[in-house]
This record gives sequence, structure tokens and C-alpha cells, in this order.
Amino acid sequence: MESAGSRPVSGFAPRLLDFAGELRREGMALGTSELLDAFAALQEVSWTEQEDFKEALAATIAKSQEDRRVFELIFDRWFFRATEQRALDEEVTEERYDGGENLDFGELREQIRQAIREGSDGEMRDLARLAIAAFGRQGEGSGVIGVDVQRIRRALGLKGETAGAELPDPESVPRERLKGFERHLRRELERGLIERTQALPPARPLRELDRALPSNPLSDLAAVHRVVAQMKRRLATQSHEMRGHRKSEVLDMRRTLRHSLSTGGVPVEVITKPRRPRRPELFVLCDVSTSVTSASVFFLSVLHALHDAFRKLRSFVFVERISEVTELFERERSFQAVSRAIATDAGVADVSGYTDYGRVWQEFLTMVIDDLDPRSTVIVLGDARTNGREPHADIFARISERAGRTLWINPEPRLYWNYGDSVIQAYESYCEGVFECWTVKQLEEFVRALTEGQRTPA
Amino acid sequence: MGSELQSVEEVKEALAGSGYLAGESAALVAFLASRLGKPVLVEGPAGVGKTELAKALARATERKLIRLQCYEGLDEAKALYEWNYRKQLLRIQTEAADTGWETVKDDIFGEEFLLSRPLLQGIAEEEPVVLLIDEIDKTDQEFEAMLLEVLSDFQISIPELGVVKAKSQPLVLLTSNNSRELTEALKRRCLYLWLDYPDAKRELEIVRLHAPELDETLARRLVEIVQMVRQLDLKKPPSIAESIDWARALLLLGAEDIDQEMFEKTLTTIVKHRSDLDTVAERVGVKLGDGIGGLKTG
Repeated sequence: MESAGSRPVSGFAPRLLDFAGELRREGMALGTSELLDAFAALQEVSWTEQEDFKEALAATIAKSQEDRRVFELIFDRWFFRATEQRALDEEVTEERYDGGENLDFGELREQIRQAIREGSDGEMRDLARLAIAAFGRQGEGSGVIGVDVQRIRRALGLKGETAGAELPDPESVPRERLKGFERHLRRELERGLIERTQALPPARPLRELDRALPSNPLSDLAAVHRVVAQMKRRLATQSHEMRGHRKSEVLDMRRTLRHSLSTGGVPVEVITKPRRPRRPELFVLCDVSTSVTSASVFFLSVLHALHDAFRKLRSFVFVERISEVTELFERERSFQAVSRAIATDAGVADVSGYTDYGRVWQEFLTMVIDDLDPRSTVIVLGDARTNGREPHADIFARISERAGRTLWINPEPRLYWNYGDSVIQAYESYCEGVFECWTVKQLEEFVRALTEGQRTPA
Repeated sequence: MGSELQSVEEVKEALAGSGYLAGESAALVAFLASRLGKPVLVEGPAGVGKTELAKALARATERKLIRLQCYEGLDEAKALYEWNYRKQLLRIQTEAADTGWETVKDDIFGEEFLLSRPLLQGIAEEEPVVLLIDEIDKTDQEFEAMLLEVLSDFQISIPELGVVKAKSQPLVLLTSNNSRELTEALKRRCLYLWLDYPDAKRELEIVRLHAPELDETLARRLVEIVQMVRQLDLKKPPSIAESIDWARALLLLGAEDIDQEMFEKTLTTIVKHRSDLDTVAERVGVKLGDGIGGLKTG
């Protein structure tokens, strides 16, 4: 440790600190000890290998998968900007390949496809430059980098493999690698732009979107499932943890005294009351109307996961009316099948496609009134947009009165609440908690609240 | 410390020599761990070879492997040390008559009466060892706090005896299935390594290494199927060890090709959940039936 920051890295130290500062701004908890480790680690690897350099840095700095993702994004951007800035300062320009006219597009295409399949990074980069040179000849540059990247990709006829295809298209290349190639294209285009304009584009913080819940449901279903799977594991261990935490035990006087008879009335062995974990009974109501389409796929998969985690769970979906889907979830493993079944024949009377909360409460109450007791938890997933209909908060109040706890998850940002036809305010006072939930983090907060509640004795 | 690990490449080769094909980052982190003397926190889905990495490291560096399997409710008596009170009792009884209290008291809290558990063992060994703390996420947070002293200073404080310092510095690996967030304090002391399922190419190498007699095209086919199965939404995706098991099963059965029949017969080696079996049979089995059936008759 004593050598950290002294000898060979002295010129580099301020830069790394700068980099760390950027990571901290993105919300990573990065301690001084980690930075010292990073310096120590960097002395052990050769700096000429970009991969080694990056991995060594990542191993000491990014301590979770999420951190690693932020790290990757920032690393690429930061070092790219740093080099470009330096190049600008020292007025270094790269020699561009300008034999674009002589390139055979067909041959280039074949070479690129080859390089992508082999996945060699250096080659892809060189070929990306060639492709830009060859493409530039056609004079189609739009000035917007994202657009250009896609144009070049299409001109090269590169396609990503479609998942689950029966026979792989011989023309297609692995999707991940193709993304890598696109990154190279983007980078080279950016570099060209910087050289032309002699200035770096302004730095922006990572968009919240990059970390938000995947909003495009179908393509990112796998991502949702990963989140939910993790949540499920957390749920499972959290209850274990809670059992471990509860230290106080209740003495079972009767049994202790009874047992003491065998030792002549001396209570040698103290008998405590067995711990009976609270078995929560969960009622989940999920809005599947069009106003929450993107969110409802997500919620359905949350519901799906909850079914695995909780034994006693009854789930309902509603639009204009309500229907119970507990059995369906228990029967079907595959999420696709579940959502298909709900869309087609779950019996949701989706006449107008407009949610009628008032009616839903009424129907829900008649369905479950006998099963609701203080041990049950009711969770509503919905945006509380009634389309101008009567919210019937009084019926909702009766539900929450009978149930032990009532929680509400709203997929809309808090900013939009109570705007337009959103009547969340009317219900809020009857809920133990109303949660805004449109990022993974918020979902985790909700889960924490849900499981923590279990700790309070019934 | 051993001078055996000089470069990342060497680590990689050594690991390969003991039957573990490490990815780039795994080799690098292992190298850094041995150079910096820091523990490594290995995370990743179940069955990607987290535990195996520790075992392979032990074999590669010819160190003894000491393993602490974590579970809920694991406490210091099981992990660090415990006083051997029976022996202490005997000692007191044999000497009670003619020895003073002071001598006995000093006596019975000596190393002779200490039962060392894995962590103490790990640092008290003369020769450096590989210490594997498996599934750390299964323990309580309190236990993590207890680990901190061992992990950062390689010492254990025993109230009656004083501080036991490490005689040799162990190479420590902690594995976690990420079932709960570990504390920042623990993470800060470790290097971090995320292991994921290998890509098809590396998995093929792994299968070939462990079942060299298996026909190459068959192995390739097997890996393809395993990778396909992992894409499905399963309760428990097949691990690397299971694909090796499957390869061996196929060898034993003398299979020449993975057709639908063979697949259904041996499916249970890679899929171990009732509901998963159905999903896999439906999604992959059918595909096999079409693809290979066609080839065979053709």
C-alpha cells in the first residue's frame, strides 16, 4: 500500500481520481480504500493490454453487477473523452483511410462478417474505419451519429441472429458481437466529428432511462425476469434473516413447569413457545388496462414471481371488471402462456378497455369478503385512473378496514399523480403505503416494505 | 508466498493444468488476489464454477484447501474457534487437588484446549492455504462483521488468549449466489469477480477437457442444446458441471447422436425440476425431433 500513488503512477493518479469522481457522481459508493487497491492492482498488470487494465480496475472498484454496468459505461466514455481531449490539446490528428473509392463493398462486407463472427476487437475497429470510409464515399452521412450507424449497418447487410430461430440465417451474426461492431462504428464516427469540429461534445450524466425498468416489455422480458428472480431470492432469504434477527423468546410457563417435575421441581430446562412465522395471505389486484400496458406486463411477471414465493396468494386482474387468475398462475409455468391466457380467456370483461375502479372494488369485496381478515395483505397494482368514473373510495375503505394491510403500487411517476383522471389521492388515505414504482430500485423498496411488514406480529 | 504465479498467463495455464478453463477476468482477478493478498468475492448464478475455481486454484498452487460452508445460523464457534471444554474439565479435575487456581486458569486457556475451526485453521497453517468461504450470502449479517477482522488483517482476536496472527497469508475466496446484498464493509475489503455462464466456445472446451473421449460433433451439439436450455425461463438452469455429467452419461450410453429419444432419456441429468422438465421437453425436444429426425431419414 505504501507505494500506492507514488512511483510509476504519479502522472496517472489525478486522472484516476477524476474518473472516480465521475463514478461517484453516478451514485457509486467508492471509498478511498478501493482507490488505493485500484492503484495497487494497476501496478501488477501491463497497461498495454486494455482488457487487463479495465478488468483490474473493475475488480477493485465495481463491487456488484449493477456497479459494473455503470463502470463499463463510464469507463468507455471517460477514457475516450480523455484521449480525445489530449489529442485536441496536442493537435494530433489521425490519418484517415481515404482510398474509399477503391474498396469493394461486397468483399468488405464478407470481411466484416468474418471479423464479427471471430469477435476480434482490433480487427473490428479497423474494419469499422474502412466501412465508414467506403460509406462516406456514397455521401449519405446524415450528421446524426446514431442514424449513420444504422445506415452503415444496413448498407453492409448485417443482421443479428433472431433468438429461437429454427435454422440460423447464414447471413446473420451473433447479436452481442454485432452490438460491439456498432459501438466501434459509433466511436469512429464520433472521433471524426471531434476532429472536424475541434471540440468535445458536452458531457452528460447517464440518463435515468439507462437504469429505469425496461419499458419495452416484450423485448426486455428477460431483463424483467432477471430482476424479479433476484427479488424472489431476496424475498426468500429475507424471511430467513428475520427469523434470525428475532432474538426475544416467549417463555412457555406451563410446559416449563411440567418439565421441571422430572428434575424435582427445578426448572433446569426452560421451554419457550415455538416461533410461528406469520403466514401472510396476499391478495394482489393487477390493472391490465391499456393505460398501464407497458407496466402491466411487468406487473404480471412480478405477480408470477410472487406466486412462487408465497404459498397463500390469490391474484386478480381487472379492467372494467375483475376476475381471479390464481389457478392460472399456479397451473402455468411459462410467463408467455400466462399472459396469453389472460389476454384471451381470463374472463376480464374488457368491453371498453377503460378501468372502472369503483365497480372493481365492489366485485372484489363480494368475492373475498369472507376470506379477508387482519392477517391478509391487499396489494393493488394500478395507476388509479378511473376515466372519470366514480372512484368509490368508501368501498375501498371497507376493503382496507377488513384487511390487515393495504398497499398500492403505482407505475406512474409521482409527478403525474392526481393529474387528469388519476384519483390516487382518494385511496391514499386508506392505504398503509402508496409506492411509486417504475424503476428497479423502487421495486426493491416496495419489496422491502412488504417483507418488513411481515415482521410485525399479527 | 509462493513464487509460482508471475503473470496472468501463468495463472491461466496453471488453472488449465488442474482442469479449470478460466476466463480472462477470472484469471486476472486470481492473479491480482495472489499479488495483492486480498480476498476475492466471487458472485454469479449457481453452477458456473465458483467453488470449482477455488479448488482449482488450490490444485494449481499446490496449496491445501480449507473450506467453510456457510449456512443460516453459522456462528463463531463453528467458523472461528471453540474452547474444548471437556478437555478443560478433565484438566481441572486431574489437577484440582494440588494446583493453585491461577495456574489452572492460565493452563486451560492455552492453545492446547482450543479447537480451531476453518477460519482459524486457515490462518494458523504454516504453509499458505486456499481458504474457501462458500455461499457467504447464506449467513446472517452479523457473521459478515465477524469476518472482517480475518479478511483485512488476517488475524483473530481470542479474548482469553490474545490476537492470533496469520503465520502465512491464505488466498481467500468468498462465493455468493447473490441472494442478498452483502454489506459494503465486506465488499470494500474484497476484489470482485462476476462469473457468468461461459459462451458456447469455452463451454465446448470445458466439456472436451472433462470428457475427452466424446465425439467432437456430439460435444458441440450437446453444448448447443445446453446453451439453448439456459435461454429458457427455468427454475434452475443447467450448470457447467451438469453439462459435463451429461457428456459422461452420453459416453456411458454409447450415444452417437442426440436425437429426441436420447434427449428424453438423459434429460434428467441437466434439468432437475418437474415443471422445468415439461418446459424443456416441449421447447427443445420438439425442435430436436424436427431437426435431427429429418437428417436421419435423409
